[in-house]
Amino acid sequence: MPVLPIEAPAPSVTTPSGYAIEFDNVSIAFDEKVVLQNISFRLPHGETKAVFGVAGSGKSTMLKMAMGLLRPDSGRIFVLGEEVTQMTEDELFELRRRVGIVFQESALFDSLKVYENVGFRLTEEHVPAQEIERRVREVLRFVELERTYDMYPSELSGGMRRRVAIARAIITEPEVLLYDSPTGGLDPVTSNTIIELIMKQRDVYKTSALLVTHRLQDAFTMATHQFDQATNQMVALPKGQHCDVPMSFLILRDSKVIFDGDAHALATSRDEYIREYIS
Amino acid sequence: MAFELELISPIEVAKDIALAVQEYTLLAGQSLANFFRRPLYMGDMLQQADLIGVGSLPIVVLTGLSVGALLALNSASTLQRFGGITLIGQLVSLGMVTELGPLITGLMVAGRNASGMASELGSMIVTEQIDAMRALGTDPTKKLITPRIGATAFMLFFLTIIADLLGLIGGYAVAHLIFGLNSRQYWTSVWQILVFRDVFTGLIKPVLFGFIISTVGCYYGMSTRGGTQGVGRSTTQAVVASSVLILVVDFFVTKLIFAIFGYR
Repeated sequence: MPVLPIEAPAPSVTTPSGYAIEFDNVSIAFDEKVVLQNISFRLPHGETKAVFGVAGSGKSTMLKMAMGLLRPDSGRIFVLGEEVTQMTEDELFELRRRVGIVFQESALFDSLKVYENVGFRLTEEHVPAQEIERRVREVLRFVELERTYDMYPSELSGGMRRRVAIARAIITEPEVLLYDSPTGGLDPVTSNTIIELIMKQRDVYKTSALLVTHRLQDAFTMATHQFDQATNQMVALPKGQHCDVPMSFLILRDSKVIFDGDAHALATSRDEYIREYIS
Repeated sequence: MAFELELISPIEVAKDIALAVQEYTLLAGQSLANFFRRPLYMGDMLQQADLIGVGSLPIVVLTGLSVGALLALNSASTLQRFGGITLIGQLVSLGMVTELGPLITGLMVAGRNASGMASELGSMIVTEQIDAMRALGTDPTKKLITPRIGATAFMLFFLTIIADLLGLIGGYAVAHLIFGLNSRQYWTSVWQILVFRDVFTGLIKPVLFGFIISTVGCYYGMSTRGGTQGVGRSTTQAVVASSVLILVVDFFVTKLIFAIFGYR
């Protein structure tokens, strides 16, 4: 497992327009079971925040609330400066065009071919067919799956489906990306490929992102590596050097945020649970 | 091992029913309102019309023929006793056009398509495809439900006409081949007995039944919870609920039409 850098933290990039995502005292319960309680955090523009927590800690719920797919019981959520919790479903459809999400199990439309899945949003926006094909091929090339253009999701492996889901999420060049356990259930080699792809998206397009994961090593890899466009692969950063794109960590426990900070703060945390979690 | 029977409060059951009715009404209302809002997915509607209409044609043809023939066969034995075998055409015509044509077609299409809709949408729910669609900026009620409602109501109208016609042909086959009734006699009585009210009743019902089948199928699909087992449960419930609702609505529509136009 890569060692966490414990030098001075990298400065976060916060634009005058505020934050890419902001949770303000958000709570949600299902059937009287409290899943998240008074959660508050901010994701500055251009930053990638890895969210950890044990199964059932509300990580996916958090992403769905950010997308407006679930409404919190209380609290406010801002995405790209707009208050999601106050928006109607029609208004949310407009906002969602600026946000990309990769679901836990890919959630590809199984009756549509790969190119229809990836180009779904463009088709809905009535983009000319030739333009759709060009952009679909381009984004499939980015995830190195151009050969799957004419295939159905059922013909793909789990890892390939995740990559197609990433392609679908990034085709409209969203300002924020939400990844829901993109490496969940995948073997280590395939997981590495997915993380490399997420890193590529982060370092090439500098997209703000929330990365929900239960695999600590994924986030550590992202904190200690950078994508090299020249060699088209991720390379380990020299000791003491930070990635151009800020990376932070958020840990959930018992419905609450117990840690929100950068790698330096995480590595020097004295909290017993956190020390045990990252050891 | 001891099994404990969990008692369910009648108030909770009543609340659940009220909530289901409210959700169904909202879904149906929103889907209807979508006909007047852009975008209208005409391509999806045509695809559904093909699946529902053309796909249901074989069962509608077979049931229409059988029901018409059975109606003629059963009524002929009674009519023969009173020497009224020539009235067989009237009986088949009235029975098929006003009642059995729309009802049988509705129940057949409910069995085939309400289940199909519930299982398709239910699978999409449990695999997060509906969430993905919403996340991609597309309203699933517009893209998935409204086209199904439009296509089912539209196609059921024509399927019922086909079932009616085949029912009459089935009745003719029995009347002519078994009871030796003259062709001209049969078809004249078929034609003459029908008045505007009968045709109106027979054609308004399939539109209502189509609406019931599609909204109930989509409602159960969209409210699916609990993985593949939940999909199976939704499918069964969709068929049962839509069939029962068709029978109940059929009674009240018939009664309403009698109230408006008067009895024969």
